[in-house]
Amino acid sequence: MQQPVIYSINGPVVKVRNTDIFSMMEMVYVGERRLIGEVIGLTDEETTIQVYEGTSGLKTGEPVAPTGAPMSVTLGPGILTNIFDGIERPLRTLEEKSGAFIADGLDVPILDTERQYDVTVKVKVGTMMQGGEAYASCLETSAILHLCLLPPNLSGKVVYAAPNGKYRINDEVLRLEDADGQIHSLTLCQKWPIRRARPAAKRLTPSRPMITGQRVLDTLFPIARGGTAAIPGGFGTGKTMTQHQIAKWCDADIIVYIGCGERGNEMTQVLEEFTALKDPRTGKSLMERTVLIANTSNMPVAAREASIYTGITLAEYYRDMGYHIAIMADSTSRWAEALREISGRLEEMPAEEGYPAYLPSRLSEFYERTGAYETLNGREGSVTVIGAVSPQGSDFSEPVTQNTRRFVRCFWGLDKALAYARHYPAINWTMSYSEYMDDLANYYETQVDPRFTACRTEISTLLKEEQTLMDIVRLIGSDVLPDDQKLIIETARVIRVGFLQQNAYHAEDTYVPLNKQFLMMKLILHVYHRMKELLAEHVSLNEMVHSGVMEMVIKVKYDIPNNQPERFGVLTQQIDSMLNALRKQKEEVL
Amino acid sequence: MSLQYFGLHSISGSLVVLDHVKGAQFDEMARIVLDDGTERTGRVAMLEGDKAVLQIFEGTHGLSLNNTRTQFTGRPMEIPLSADLLGRVFTGAGRPADGLGEVMPEKFGDINGLPLNPVSRQYPRNYIETGISSIDCLMTLIRGQKLPIFSGTGLSHNKLAVQIVQQARIAKDDNAEFAVVFAAMGIQNDVADYFRRSFAESGVLQNVVMFLNLANDPIVERIITPRCALTAAEYLAYEKHMHILVVMTDMTAYAEALREFSSSKGEIPGRKGFPGYLYSDLASMYERAGIIEGVEGSVTQLPILTMPNDDITHPVPDLTGYITEGQIVLERGLEQSGVYPPIAVLPSLSRLMKDGIGEGYTRGDHAAVANQLFASYAQVQDARSLASVIGEEELSALDRQYLEFGKYFESCFLSQGFNENRSMEETLDLGWTLLSLLPKSALDRVDDQMLSAHYDPAAAAALKERMAKNG
Repeated sequence: MQQPVIYSINGPVVKVRNTDIFSMMEMVYVGERRLIGEVIGLTDEETTIQVYEGTSGLKTGEPVAPTGAPMSVTLGPGILTNIFDGIERPLRTLEEKSGAFIADGLDVPILDTERQYDVTVKVKVGTMMQGGEAYASCLETSAILHLCLLPPNLSGKVVYAAPNGKYRINDEVLRLEDADGQIHSLTLCQKWPIRRARPAAKRLTPSRPMITGQRVLDTLFPIARGGTAAIPGGFGTGKTMTQHQIAKWCDADIIVYIGCGERGNEMTQVLEEFTALKDPRTGKSLMERTVLIANTSNMPVAAREASIYTGITLAEYYRDMGYHIAIMADSTSRWAEALREISGRLEEMPAEEGYPAYLPSRLSEFYERTGAYETLNGREGSVTVIGAVSPQGSDFSEPVTQNTRRFVRCFWGLDKALAYARHYPAINWTMSYSEYMDDLANYYETQVDPRFTACRTEISTLLKEEQTLMDIVRLIGSDVLPDDQKLIIETARVIRVGFLQQNAYHAEDTYVPLNKQFLMMKLILHVYHRMKELLAEHVSLNEMVHSGVMEMVIKVKYDIPNNQPERFGVLTQQIDSMLNALRKQKEEVL
Repeated sequence: MSLQYFGLHSISGSLVVLDHVKGAQFDEMARIVLDDGTERTGRVAMLEGDKAVLQIFEGTHGLSLNNTRTQFTGRPMEIPLSADLLGRVFTGAGRPADGLGEVMPEKFGDINGLPLNPVSRQYPRNYIETGISSIDCLMTLIRGQKLPIFSGTGLSHNKLAVQIVQQARIAKDDNAEFAVVFAAMGIQNDVADYFRRSFAESGVLQNVVMFLNLANDPIVERIITPRCALTAAEYLAYEKHMHILVVMTDMTAYAEALREFSSSKGEIPGRKGFPGYLYSDLASMYERAGIIEGVEGSVTQLPILTMPNDDITHPVPDLTGYITEGQIVLERGLEQSGVYPPIAVLPSLSRLMKDGIGEGYTRGDHAAVANQLFASYAQVQDARSLASVIGEEELSALDRQYLEFGKYFESCFLSQGFNENRSMEETLDLGWTLLSLLPKSALDRVDDQMLSAHYDPAAAAALKERMAKNG
């Protein structure tokens, strides 16, 4: 059989003629430089391949070598703390090989093959094992215990188990005999195709929120563990900033941060900040439980398409060990654009705005790989995805935003007007929603406070009423409104400035525990109710508003540290006595 | 290699197809010699079987199917690089255009560059003082940043770019050299001349490299102009260890050239007819700004683009905004009311500013004053729109104070002379003085300590008096 050779080259798309040795989604090596590619189309005449590296300098007639396996990632200890490109090549190793600029055709090991791990082998000779069960464990980083799991499609009897000790990732630690009598040798690492979801035993109903410490998210639009959320917003509205905040503070065990077609400086920043940031949970660097995938906007476009799948496959692997993973995908629009670009090169019939007709099915496939699961080995793990969307021209009716909306259950819409007024996070409270509210109500009521849901409802009602009133104010000014409506506007201002706005650069305000979030809501509503009562007793609204009470409530976020919730009681008393003093004055005048 | 191909298979727009080609590389350069002895340059845009599609930089006029000899060079598009680039003027394709002869190359550089490994980048932290209050205080330019100017036709973006180039200062203790690479894409002769004259007058011309593709030059050349400029910039920055400011104008003309070229290739168009890969294409240039860890030198980009019909949602400004680290937006209304530079503060932003200002860089109160100015100026806009409905007299006292603040902010802070170079100290102090026009309780973005240190109604009153005197 003749070696297949390149017939045509058009950007990242290469075609091969008259061969039938390739299979769909197979990984191949293209050209003399052995560039990594993937088969994306097969006809009896032509095989179409997308190449994950630059194709400059490639010639027709150069060989294309099959690998016999689909595009896969290597899974094993050494993933965490690492930074990979879109097809899981470690960028630090690439730097050692080619310097500051990334050259093409570099062949590097995915994970560190020299590092030794202290491995505990968990099974004995003779044990019967099922797919997904753990056979060994080692401390991957100081924060995360890594479990080596039997590949899901493998089961059988252990015929050799290595003693506990120090092993490298390619050392054999286990031999297994399957039902057909075949012997399988297992090391600390394995491969898994990126486009296939890893199986789990059972999908669980989301019931616990992923706590982010961001008030507008946790209180108004919460996301469940195993949930999906989209953050759409024009440029400069703070998508990336919001994702950084969530990645830094959310209570997931492991963070997978996918920089998909975004800025190089941003990835550098994530790397720098996460390394320096002391993780409140472990006391170590946050990178100890983070993996970064960087396909910046100037890296090859085909690898951008793959980066999303690489990221979610890594996440599923850790989920199977019983961890809760949060994926930050920034930005899914760039991924959709990569799909469009490749689709265009394949001369496929375009649907809306040049995007291929299969955009919605690809999006749903991706988002459906999230969820809370019971794993094959009986543990509980989850994958939560927070995807940024960059709508063209800030127009939320464009195809990527609209299709994403159909497949996510949280929608955190960012608003240019808020961003211009430097109201951060610029999440618009009228446009955003969370479908998890009901699933999570029980958690909030039992774990935080029975009145939590009621308070939240009242807060969002006040914001809604403000919205209606502002329509009037914009036409005729606020002077004509009756006092009780003016009070709503004032209270809504306090909610916006004192509660919804959150300062990511302030040591106390950057992360706020649920308990304090609740106490802040309670305080705002208490003041509102008290003032409403006083209004009925004809105390002047103007005096109340300018008594400094509102400013005290707004500054609570800075003035009361997160770990001193008892001070809310003192403050409430202080405010009450200030308001009572106004009432006394009023009585004296009368 | 001396294998020559006679004739062409077909010609369409700026593309030609050659038949029976052996061993051509994707993306390599070819030389095409016409019967009359003139030469054209082409690049392999696609290979299929033994056919090669070439894009011709100088245009295809005069080519026929049988008056050419084509020779492949085996090399990608490269330009000669040396320290002697400084002070020179080149065409958009990197050939000398000032009659001073060829550059003696120290090396050749592939104009496409290679992606910078995020691991090797150094996060930009050092600010560049431009001497322009609105930029320095509210959207600080950082070394290694890409900060575009979003403008419209007829606005003073060129003047602003020149002022920035003339006044830009790197932190005082730094003695590394500073130079400008200027790339013109599809701009008029007059505009190119304006830049050249301004650089000459301010005595920086010896530190400027110019790549000029003017409005009447071929569009395929326009597509490679910024890449030539950036290759020169990267060389000077990373190998000659200079701090380079790259001014690229006009990116809209570049994108339109790309659209024209794409449609001649018969590609499927995306929004407004621009090719679907416009984002990746723009990113491949903008992402070449940066600093390499451990290497002295930096590339800072100041692209200028004119928004068609002043529409910020047009694909070019829109995609640019998604790639660049902020934007400086110019506004026609301000220009018409005589404000120079006409910078619309609210939509403008510098993403990298937060890490490059404050204690140790500019001044401890910088972030506070900038935040409060943004927030208060946003209130001014609300008050103005309300006033236009119900009249100024009906406004509340606070709203009237906002109107006053807005007026002084625009006339004292935004406005400044073309030769006026304000220091960071002056700018920040001026910011506080203006904020002191407002009641203390309206300044809710600043903590009390900061406020009591800087709130100074007396200074505000003095400013009002001074302005009244000057009319």
